[in-house]
Amino acid sequence: MATTAQRASSWVAASSLTQRIGSFALFIAVWQITADAVHSRLLPSASAVFMALEQESVNGPLLYQVGITLARVAAAFVIAMVVGTAIGIVMGRSKTVDALFDSWLVLLLNLPALVIIVLAYVWFGLTEAAAIGAVAVNKIPYTAVTLREGARALDRNYSDMAACFHVGRWRTLRHVILPQLYPYTFAAARSGLALVWKIVLIVELLGRSNGVGFEIQLYFQQFDVTRILAYSIAFMVVIQVIEWAIFQPLERHAGRWRP
Amino acid sequence: MTPALIAEIREKRYARARGARPHMALTGLSLQVAAGEFVALVGPSGCGKTTFLNIVAGLDTDFSGEVQLALRPDGRPARVGYVFQEPRLLPWRTVYDNIALVLPPHHPDGIVEGMLRAVGLAKARDLYPPQLSVGMSRRVAIARAFAIEPDLLLMDEPFVSLDHDTVEQLRELLLTLWHARPTTVLFVTHDMREALVLADRLVLLSGTPGRVVADVPVGLARNRRQSGAEIELLRDEILRRHRELIGAAARTTPVE
Repeated sequence: MATTAQRASSWVAASSLTQRIGSFALFIAVWQITADAVHSRLLPSASAVFMALEQESVNGPLLYQVGITLARVAAAFVIAMVVGTAIGIVMGRSKTVDALFDSWLVLLLNLPALVIIVLAYVWFGLTEAAAIGAVAVNKIPYTAVTLREGARALDRNYSDMAACFHVGRWRTLRHVILPQLYPYTFAAARSGLALVWKIVLIVELLGRSNGVGFEIQLYFQQFDVTRILAYSIAFMVVIQVIEWAIFQPLERHAGRWRP
Repeated sequence: MTPALIAEIREKRYARARGARPHMALTGLSLQVAAGEFVALVGPSGCGKTTFLNIVAGLDTDFSGEVQLALRPDGRPARVGYVFQEPRLLPWRTVYDNIALVLPPHHPDGIVEGMLRAVGLAKARDLYPPQLSVGMSRRVAIARAFAIEPDLLLMDEPFVSLDHDTVEQLRELLLTLWHARPTTVLFVTHDMREALVLADRLVLLSGTPGRVVADVPVGLARNRRQSGAEIELLRDEILRRHRELIGAAARTTPVE
């Protein structure tokens, strides 16, 4: 049984890239065939979308708009991760703070993203700070909840060791506490990136005059599905590249000690 | 000369779940250890030995009584090295970094390397703890405790659940290190033979709640303790003299 399972899993690992590419190609093929059959401008074919993608990058503002959106995503993401992590650790370590603010977290978690965005624009105006702040506030409770779990699971034995040997606060945090939280940080960062970029598009659609979300709103008014898809695909690729080029290497580095 | 350690634990209890009586871990445990002395604390498992070490280490402050560690010659507080029952190495840091972590941030070069050589692990410096054997992990934990040049070294059954040969090697290593870097040692074990091989003095504890039943100096020179026969003789004698005492103490412990 075990050897069969091992063989199966190694087969999956070896061919996962091929499988992924195959699955992706299948999706494009189904899309292309369906679009050709339907033959409507509301369902453009894959080839039309990729042509629009190329056109918009070379002659249009696509790269610039993707850059603008990416900057907003980065700002909101960093704020949400730093603030959410700090809140999560404090709530995980202190029962009093947890008891005081747990309901606030629940409240924030249940507040629809749209409401937070609208309120931010109403209270703070149609500004960049309001836009980024609204996105960050959407993500902060998720980060806090994940990191709170991590802080609760901290191994007392390691902290005792550090205390007994007078390792010091800062070095204890860096070498003893944070490495235990890395798996939780990565989980929060992954889901965070996915959430943040989607909310950034809404924020742009509602109150910004540039970015991918703004472009999508323009083409929505023109019913230009081809360009809506072109912009979405461009940004999906960017997010996937971030996952491959940043998150996965970082995670491998943080887990290098695992046998 | 002031003792390196004076401990007077009047009482240490653990709160239990609501409604239940608190668990009494230690009562009336008093102990003095002279500077440079190797004392073994011997008692059945669950008698509060680890609790006592944690109190001495300052990790547990919720007790009634007093613990005094002699100051260093330069007037600074004593440094305490602790070898826990499990090695408690940070798995995400290399062997080298695990030891470097307990040293001051700007320690002179070569301390860690010297310590690793002393425990025979010079080649393991860049390994991560999950790559080490159980015996190697214990060596690193011992190296870490000695690296800070402790004034008091606490050891909590550091050789438990190891095979016989490894235990022999580690005991020998410990004594070699201790002779080269003399310090006061408080060594907890439930194994009287181990205590007799290592210590200058045995402090026998009763079962729960732990308290001192007998205090026995080991008269035998260390180089004569290698023969098992001598150790067995000593052990038999102590048991003959103190078995009733241990049993009686356990029976007369006041029940709350």
